Amino acid sequence: MAEDWQAGGFGLYVHWPFCLSKCPYCDFNSHVAATIDQAAWGRAYLAEIDRVGALTKGRLLQSIFFGGGTPSLMDAELVAAIIDRARRWWPTVNDVEITLEANPTSVEAGRFRGYRDGGVTRVSMGIQALNDADLRALGRLHSADEAMRAFDVARGVFDRVSFDLIYARQNQTLEAWRAELKQALGLAIDHLSLYQLTIEEGTAFGDRYNAGKLRGLPDQDLAADMYEATQDICEAAGMPAYEVSNHARLGAESRHNQIYWRYGDYVGIGPGAHGRLTLGGTRHATEAERSPARWMQLVDQRGHGDIVYEPLTDTDALTEFLLMGLRLREGVDLGRLDALGGGVFDNNINGLIDIEMLERADGRLRLTPAGRPVLNAVLRGVLGG
Amino acid sequence: MTDLSHIRNFSIVAHIDHGKSTLADRLIQSTGTVQDRDMKAQLLDSMDIERERGITIKANTVRIDYVADNGEKYVLNLIDTPGHVDFGYEVSRSMRAVEGSLLVVDSTQGVEAQTLANVYQAIDADHEIVPVLNKIDLPASDVDRVKEQIEDVIGIDASQSMLVSAKTGIGIHETLEAIVHRLPAPKGDRNAPLKAMLVDSWYDSYLGVVVMIRVMDGMIRRGERIKMMQTGAVYGIDKLSVLKPQMVDIAELGPGEIGVFTASIKQVRDTRVGDTITHEKKGCETPLPGFKPAQPVVFCGLFPVDANDFEPLRDAIEKLALNDASFSFEMETSAALGFGFRCGFLGLLHLEVIRDRLEREYDLDLITTAPSVVYQLYMKDGEKRELHNPADMPDLTYVDHIEEPRIKATILVPDDYLGDVLKLCQDRRGVQLDLTYAGSRALVVYDLPLNEVVFDFYDRLKSVTKGYASFDYQLTGYQEDSLVKMSILVNDEPVDALSMMVHRDRAEMRGRAMVEKLKDLIPRHMFKIPIQAAIGGKVIARETLSALRKDVTAKCYGGDATRKRKLLDKQKAGKKKMRQFGKVEIPQEAFISALKMDD
Repeated sequence: MAEDWQAGGFGLYVHWPFCLSKCPYCDFNSHVAATIDQAAWGRAYLAEIDRVGALTKGRLLQSIFFGGGTPSLMDAELVAAIIDRARRWWPTVNDVEITLEANPTSVEAGRFRGYRDGGVTRVSMGIQALNDADLRALGRLHSADEAMRAFDVARGVFDRVSFDLIYARQNQTLEAWRAELKQALGLAIDHLSLYQLTIEEGTAFGDRYNAGKLRGLPDQDLAADMYEATQDICEAAGMPAYEVSNHARLGAESRHNQIYWRYGDYVGIGPGAHGRLTLGGTRHATEAERSPARWMQLVDQRGHGDIVYEPLTDTDALTEFLLMGLRLREGVDLGRLDALGGGVFDNNINGLIDIEMLERADGRLRLTPAGRPVLNAVLRGVLGG
Repeated sequence: MTDLSHIRNFSIVAHIDHGKSTLADRLIQSTGTVQDRDMKAQLLDSMDIERERGITIKANTVRIDYVADNGEKYVLNLIDTPGHVDFGYEVSRSMRAVEGSLLVVDSTQGVEAQTLANVYQAIDADHEIVPVLNKIDLPASDVDRVKEQIEDVIGIDASQSMLVSAKTGIGIHETLEAIVHRLPAPKGDRNAPLKAMLVDSWYDSYLGVVVMIRVMDGMIRRGERIKMMQTGAVYGIDKLSVLKPQMVDIAELGPGEIGVFTASIKQVRDTRVGDTITHEKKGCETPLPGFKPAQPVVFCGLFPVDANDFEPLRDAIEKLALNDASFSFEMETSAALGFGFRCGFLGLLHLEVIRDRLEREYDLDLITTAPSVVYQLYMKDGEKRELHNPADMPDLTYVDHIEEPRIKATILVPDDYLGDVLKLCQDRRGVQLDLTYAGSRALVVYDLPLNEVVFDFYDRLKSVTKGYASFDYQLTGYQEDSLVKMSILVNDEPVDALSMMVHRDRAEMRGRAMVEKLKDLIPRHMFKIPIQAAIGGKVIARETLSALRKDVTAKCYGGDATRKRKLLDKQKAGKKKMRQFGKVEIPQEAFISALKMDD
């Protein structure tokens, strides 16, 4: 019998934990280091791939994703070596997607060709804003012009280029965002990630916010207006949201991220990386040591960098299936939901269908347009109390 | 037994913070009753809450042996009376147990409303009153102005006032001499049948119930059989003592004397303040006048925040009730708040004290519902009912009319704020009874409905006068008025814990305030929620809580699954603190804040 993860697919995530500077909104596991021994990092990554490859040998690999941090600081040779090693363990689908996150600076654009030659098929660029003042406020090191030039290089090198913008920024008006978004759609090829600025604990913005010093953030109504405007404008431009913050032309969706949202299995390698692996019929959560130095040390001395490897309970898996799957416009498959024990939530789900937050259609359970902006409330409602 | 001519019994009347307890401490200390090393500041206030808040809740007493300047040895009995109007009846009994009072006034502050209420009790009890102006060592002290005020406002001669600093000890000796020479000795007949007044009682974990008495006539001895005339109960005296302030055993007590006994009494509830104690055989014929059973005036619901705390709450309430006959309780069920208790109190302070003790001494988290007074319902079929809980209000068609309790409120206020105070009293359906000036302050007397006072009157008064007003009240009786039950509906479901009795003319304003407050307290849901105040079927105020518009996490990738799952699990656990009304979840804090008396 097929295992549940197979309906979601299988991918590899590689975490590169270094940045040239830390952005004030970012709560990812990123570090600023003076020197990086890329060869040593390469040995550690390859050792980890060999370890997990032995456990999952023969699975069909759909995607590799280099995230960070700033993976566009990696040497092209290192990226190529990792891709090669992955291919040695896992057969890949014909149109395997290999994405690398890149900062839009001229230095990094200079490496794009090397990445492509090593096997990268797609870049995702952290452009974040289209004017210099806001880029500075967000702690970005590049200017809007520089970003545009890097973007031009990228689209000349890769078939698939996506970029990120952050909106609902400090003092941003609805009109300013609408204009910026239209400008972005003019540049975009086939994929855009549009994130509302989120203030996370433990970031510089978080500290400023807690101290009452982060002013000019939109209230719930303005944030909702911006979200709605984003949906309308993107939809009209033929780039509807296929996920909460991700927009694409049909067929240009990020396959790697869809593995997460469709609750497939994924290998997570590198400091702080998480994975989900079904082994021996049970889904497991893995989590690697966050500190780059300690992670290297663990891989070197103990043979692996994971600090968590634990089976998920049926309830945990069901919760994750829903919290990831309902992010997608396509929703979740009712057959899978049922098989994972989703029947326990039928009453809650029916209540939410009654108030038109959820709908069942075409064998799937998904959010209605009204439910999408309040996904967290819907999830609380589904999971009940 | 001490000869009557060498006994002086007195109390101290004072406003909070005017130095009553410090003066008492100093009198005790200077006569050597307590060794310096055993001296704890404010010796007589024994409960934590009393000491913290500087108020006396239970009567305390101390017997002081004093050798006067004339060489004679005197016994001085000081009863430290409860200083708050909630305990007005207890105060009146304590006052009947002594012949004189020291009226302590802070010479930097002047007379306050609370002083007035208590000094009137002393005047009612025919006390000889010795004014004591305290804190004369402070630069702000204004002895002449305060003397004038005592004469103007209270109407007693202040020319012979004692000038004291209880803190530094100035005037303490002179005050002791004044007690001996200016206060009358008690009267009584040691050969008459025993007649003693039960002044107070309390529970001691080693001794059981301890009863404080003042002997009027006759003698009481260890081992005798005595009878409580109101309850009819008979006991044998196990232990007879005087308080110095620790118990010192004594063989007998005679007329004019004050002491305590134990008699294997199980519960404080079995003793009634004001009861007359006599011998089982050959007792006196008539009891002392003025006995009244304890009557709760203010009611509210007490519910555990955590439903699992219901049994611990029951235990705690039962324990407290053993030691407080004036506190009543019965079980109550609320759709909103689950299982709890409807409790009756002598007043708002009493309510606060009990709640504080439950939370502090028994470590309970409580929700207190809006305090309500006791209404008299006159039904069309001639029946008369007491209404303690708005939730029990019958349909108006069966009710002929409703009476509510009224109070006489005494307010002293600097005249700068007089206008605001008059407006406040007027807004609260008050009727002015008197308005006089004493120096730069006005003395305002109003007839007010108690239900307007329990809501938030005192806090409004403090806020409009920047804390300069002082306030006291006494219950005067019941009066018919146009009263209705106001219900609160959230998403068309009535929320029983929020219903309240209001005057018809004030209903709209109160309803509006409540729905506006709830609109801020209830979190937005996925749908819009009407919040209404209604009388019967008629909506008098309405707000709409708009639907949640945006609550979605922007980023959620492979590395976020664990964290988001744990967050959802945590929120699920946190739901226990929510109360469900139909489709709406109301957080517990919303009840607490909506019902908070001091908002």
